[in-house]
Amino acid sequence: MEQSKNLAGVAWTNGSLVGSLNPLNHGFRTSDGQGGYIITNTHTQYKRAKRDADGNIVQGDAEDDVVSNLVVQFHNRDGETVGDAMDVPTTAGSEELASLLRALLHPDDDADEENDTKIKGQVPYAFFAKVTKMIKVRDPSTLELIEKPIKEDIDITDYPSLTHFLRRYRNEVSTEQTLQLTYQPLAVFKVRPVTRCTDTLPGHTDAILHVTYSPDGRHLASGGGDSTVRFWDINTSTPRRTCKGHYDHVLCTSWGRDGVLFASGDKRGHLIIWDPVKGEARGTIKAHSKWITGIDWEPMHRNKSCERLVTSSKDGLAKIWNVRTKRAEATLAGHSDSVECVKWGGEGLIYTASRDRQIKVWNAQDGGGKEGNSRVGVLVRTLVGHGHRINTLAVSCDYVCRTGPFDHHGRVAGVESRDRDSNEWRDVAYRAAVEKYTAFKGSDEPERLVSGSDDNTLLVWHPAIDKRPIKRLTGHQQAVNHIAFSPDARFFASASFDKKIKVWNGRTGDFVNTLTGHVGSVYQVAWSSDGRYLVSASKDSTAKLWEMPSGKKAKETLPGHEDEVYALDWSPSGGSVATGSKDRTLKIWKH
Amino acid sequence: MPQHEHMERHRKLHGRRFDAEERDRKRTARLAHKRSEFAQKVHGLRAKLYNQRRFKEKATMRKTIAQHNERSNKHANDEAVADGAVPAYLLDREGVSRAKVLSNTVKQKRKEKAGKWEVPIPKVKPVADDEMFKVMRTGSKKNKAWKRVVTKCTFVGDNYTRKAPKYERFIRPTGLRMKRANVTHPELKTSFQLDILVVKKNPSSDLYTNLGVLIKGMIIEVNVSDLGLVTTSGKVAWGKMAQVTNNPELDGCVNAVLLV
Repeated sequence: MEQSKNLAGVAWTNGSLVGSLNPLNHGFRTSDGQGGYIITNTHTQYKRAKRDADGNIVQGDAEDDVVSNLVVQFHNRDGETVGDAMDVPTTAGSEELASLLRALLHPDDDADEENDTKIKGQVPYAFFAKVTKMIKVRDPSTLELIEKPIKEDIDITDYPSLTHFLRRYRNEVSTEQTLQLTYQPLAVFKVRPVTRCTDTLPGHTDAILHVTYSPDGRHLASGGGDSTVRFWDINTSTPRRTCKGHYDHVLCTSWGRDGVLFASGDKRGHLIIWDPVKGEARGTIKAHSKWITGIDWEPMHRNKSCERLVTSSKDGLAKIWNVRTKRAEATLAGHSDSVECVKWGGEGLIYTASRDRQIKVWNAQDGGGKEGNSRVGVLVRTLVGHGHRINTLAVSCDYVCRTGPFDHHGRVAGVESRDRDSNEWRDVAYRAAVEKYTAFKGSDEPERLVSGSDDNTLLVWHPAIDKRPIKRLTGHQQAVNHIAFSPDARFFASASFDKKIKVWNGRTGDFVNTLTGHVGSVYQVAWSSDGRYLVSASKDSTAKLWEMPSGKKAKETLPGHEDEVYALDWSPSGGSVATGSKDRTLKIWKH
Repeated sequence: MPQHEHMERHRKLHGRRFDAEERDRKRTARLAHKRSEFAQKVHGLRAKLYNQRRFKEKATMRKTIAQHNERSNKHANDEAVADGAVPAYLLDREGVSRAKVLSNTVKQKRKEKAGKWEVPIPKVKPVADDEMFKVMRTGSKKNKAWKRVVTKCTFVGDNYTRKAPKYERFIRPTGLRMKRANVTHPELKTSFQLDILVVKKNPSSDLYTNLGVLIKGMIIEVNVSDLGLVTTSGKVAWGKMAQVTNNPELDGCVNAVLLV
């Protein structure tokens, strides 16, 4: 019973934990490992326990309306139970639950053991409670309103204690039953929040329109209105390569998932593939008849060669390109208006959103589809639901796909990242990417797609299985311009022209938080790689840093640009944020 | 029909007559008129044939002229990149104002100190005292003449407290007091009605500045917080300079242009 003190009153014993419904709520009932029961009478202590602002237990009056103890059962994301159901005091918050869970997962872990287990012992967790909600639906046959139970996972990580959660969901959660808690490990590493501008990089002779870090976070590229693509040295903050080749504004840029190639698209519809190290063009493709609105590469876990990408354009088409052969593998035609956004999902599907109010789902691989005989570029389904032009899409696995095989240090586990052309490197990287994606995906949860539109709403879809939206998210007062999923897909943030950012639950789409503070339209948002911070770029010439998910006010304002901030990216290796502005400078922000 | 090149032979032997060039010139000059006369007179099938032939001639002529002009033509430069680059998400959006963020406060302060402005109306007509002020005769016999009434529009701040009327030298009539100005943003090409904050500078005299007299060409500060203009530090810009562009006492309103 040593640890019970450390765990702030959560009782456990070695190995077997037995919890049961305890109608009198008189403390914990646990087995002591020898078969006998120990009953600890902690009732009075927990009845009075209350937390102060720092989360310490203080003595005081507790609300009498919530039970003091609750039986919980932990599950991993595949639905397997971990440990037995056990009785915990409702004063416990996610910290205490996490330490309890750690003890269950690594029972033989002692504090003085080796490093590896130590790290395991520090993994923070997010918890989701299974809640059955009653919602009113119209019965299709009788057209009467009937109550229908709907199971939802509620994120309880940010409630200070279970008591708060129980109060909030008084009608949905029965304290008589076992509370099912699903856990999800959070990032072990922490990204330090950016606070100051360390460098201002002049060079572009017109507005900077797009800024991207490479997947390993070691290179930075920017595309500008001066029709150049520039590669910057991150360590010295100096220009490395200035690449000329475009004849018009470079609108969008994207790094290959393995970091070997770089693609940029311009306003004339030309696509250029660059070698970022040498700064030479590997090929120019006259891809579209009008400007290119988006570029997305195929995720590495689907194809280790990393040579396919998809472009979308104002001319209403999207095209899949093979950059090695420089041929279009497929033309995705079907939209009747400009395609505004394209995403290559993690499940072998391509999503395009258009001004014609539709999202189309396309097969990206030969042998996909339901029967396994579908070809590349075959339309899988059309998602209809928005009432106005669709501006942006976000897929839950965006971040994992973007960083490909690289971890948060920008390294591929197991190899030194020297020779990326070698087959060995590619094989290892491919395995790393697959492993990373599988770990991210967990059980057979479907891929989630969120679309933001000029009708001021967002729609959540399960595009791989359903053509109807799961949920419509309202709240924005003007067009939604950009959406970004957090790296662990727990949340997504939407930036709107109404000067606000809204944060939503990544699983259910429930509203979490509104971030107010910008005095101009918010153009872009970017998450830190640990998902604990968000940074936003706005028309008001500032970027702002927000603490996720609870901070309502900006943690930091990053001033300095003299004009609208158009482009934004947070390095996947965490250290820095880059912003590009209409004032023709690029700024690097660090802790 | 000539049986030989006898005309050329004759020219070689005897030369041309002295007025040959002049006659040629006149003939060609007359040709257009003759053709026109014929074209107007002719009718029927001949007209049709004539017009067909003439149309072909003219078409060839136009083509030839175009060919000759090819070298000196000015071509639109295909390689030129248009100004005003915006990211893909802002392309094609109507009604998005692309106003530049106004120069920052530091710059503005520096200018203020120096008292130098690059202004839309650089030359301001000086206003003499006797045009600006009307003498008000006071005293029971109306024999004192030390009070002045301002004849132009004035701005009087909200927190202005009058002196005792007996000792007030300058009287600013309430009917000519202005609180708001119609301010045009030169880049947005739109105008807003904004509160006047303070009268910054009247080039004619400091006295006029202190009195808050509004005449054409003077600098006022207006409250632009509604416009959502932002300084580089991310703060909302509050006060901005504007120059008066009309004669308020004649129009009954103050029009101004924002100094960006």
